[in-house]
Amino acid sequence: MRKLLTSKWTKVAVFLVSSIPFVLLCTGLLRNDLGINPVETLQHTTGDWTLRFLIFTLAITPLRKTLNLPELIRFRRMLGLFAFFYVVLHFLTYLGPDQSFNFSGMWDDVAKRKFITVGFAAFVLLIPLAATSTTGMIRRLGGKRWQALHRLIYVCAILGVIHYYWLVKSDVRKPLMYAFFVGILLLWRVWNAYFRRKGKAPATVRSEVSTPTNLPAEKTFSEL
Amino acid sequence: MLTRRQPELTYADVTPKELYTNRRKLLRDIGIVGAAAAIAGEGILSIASPNLTAYATSKLNFTKGRFSTDEKVTPINDVTHYNNFYEFGTDKGDPAKNSQNFKTAPWTVSVEGEVKTPRKFSMDEILKLAPLEERIYRHRCVERWSIVVPWIGYSLSSLLKTFEPTPKAKYVAFESYYDLGQMPQSRYTGLEYPYVEGLRMDEAMHPLTLLCVGMYGETLPNQDGAPVRIVVPWKYGYKSIKSIVKIKFQEKEPPTTWNLQASNEYGFYSNVNPNVDHPRWSQATEHRLGELFSRKTVIFNGYADQVASLYNGMDLKKYH
Repeated sequence: MRKLLTSKWTKVAVFLVSSIPFVLLCTGLLRNDLGINPVETLQHTTGDWTLRFLIFTLAITPLRKTLNLPELIRFRRMLGLFAFFYVVLHFLTYLGPDQSFNFSGMWDDVAKRKFITVGFAAFVLLIPLAATSTTGMIRRLGGKRWQALHRLIYVCAILGVIHYYWLVKSDVRKPLMYAFFVGILLLWRVWNAYFRRKGKAPATVRSEVSTPTNLPAEKTFSEL
Repeated sequence: MLTRRQPELTYADVTPKELYTNRRKLLRDIGIVGAAAAIAGEGILSIASPNLTAYATSKLNFTKGRFSTDEKVTPINDVTHYNNFYEFGTDKGDPAKNSQNFKTAPWTVSVEGEVKTPRKFSMDEILKLAPLEERIYRHRCVERWSIVVPWIGYSLSSLLKTFEPTPKAKYVAFESYYDLGQMPQSRYTGLEYPYVEGLRMDEAMHPLTLLCVGMYGETLPNQDGAPVRIVVPWKYGYKSIKSIVKIKFQEKEPPTTWNLQASNEYGFYSNVNPNVDHPRWSQATEHRLGELFSRKTVIFNGYADQVASLYNGMDLKKYH
């Protein structure tokens, strides 16, 4: 397992798998095969994948600790960047077909519509996270500050779910499912922090030192 | 009224069936769903899946009616595979998928309430009550998508006029058929059933208001409200109630399903109005199926000349 997780090919595989929704959207677009309302398909699909990748990203730390697989950290940045990639596409499908690239109309909408306000806020808050995702930026910011900044992803995930919940008309099953996953992953962190403060961390990483990656800041943000 | 007359060109000719039956396989069949499916609880792309199923419709004999728009008619495949009929599920592809075995015969529509002699109509009686007309109407959903549909039917007033309402009759209430056994998907849709709607008497008697039994030259497909529905083209789509079994004259403003679900979002009148936003989204523009960019929404969905006078002196923001 460890070998598999540390192989560079696994990373390539995760990248390729994460790109599949994008590739499918592109081929669907080229084949004019995105359903009867292609614009809506693009909006919903990219929105769904944004939330899913936020959840995947948030799942890394709990999984590392509970399964004792510190190597999983290697995939977190990539998953987070995929969340950002899909939210950019999601935003463009709104700015383009919906708003005809008219920024003033967009601002009116952002100010007036609660569900767009929170969705837009989540998008904006993800920008600094994507911008500071490089190793150089981690070093420049210092682990502690970088970590504090990147806790914004909790806010983004919550806002993203609210955005979806406020959008649907009456069938809230899907937004609630996302809320459930985000809730579990955030509660785990609360629970974990509580026990760590009491000095008996319930889940510890077996060996921080063995974290096999070339990121110098790895140790500090592994606590996230 | 059901005839075997072959029109020179049917709407089915517009989009050959083999062209659209074999599409969309690739996206849905690719099995790399993995963790995504676990989270999404469904396929990799939430595409309104047009599993083109044949629908049992038969040709109707009709004449070209009044009030038709010359805008481009939306392809029948889009209209039949992208719509809301929450009794059959909340996804736009659900009605086509889940309504195929819906039983629409025998069918009776009961007209009751504040009338001298209530009576029940069989479907055959409804089809013979007045000459059928084709009316090509714009149809605007509150969700911002819009279509252009060649409906077939006659003004609802033709039916209502055969009754002698009491002086108390100020509104007309409608009720859809409901059977949980035939509509199991309705259980999780967040709405109360049977679906109910209503119109003020003058709205119901307006010649634009259609008692609709068909579209695209044939009887209504199940997913579009077979065998008989109402079409009110200047109001948001949810006012155009499907598969009706009851029409009731009454004194009080009837409750309406979406208003019961969220009264601040869906008013009784629900006239298409770009100046009155839905609380959660703008109604200024709409997405006409088949077009890339949004277009401006027109007040009363472009039927202001015919219907604006019904609302003279009314605050359309308050009575939205």
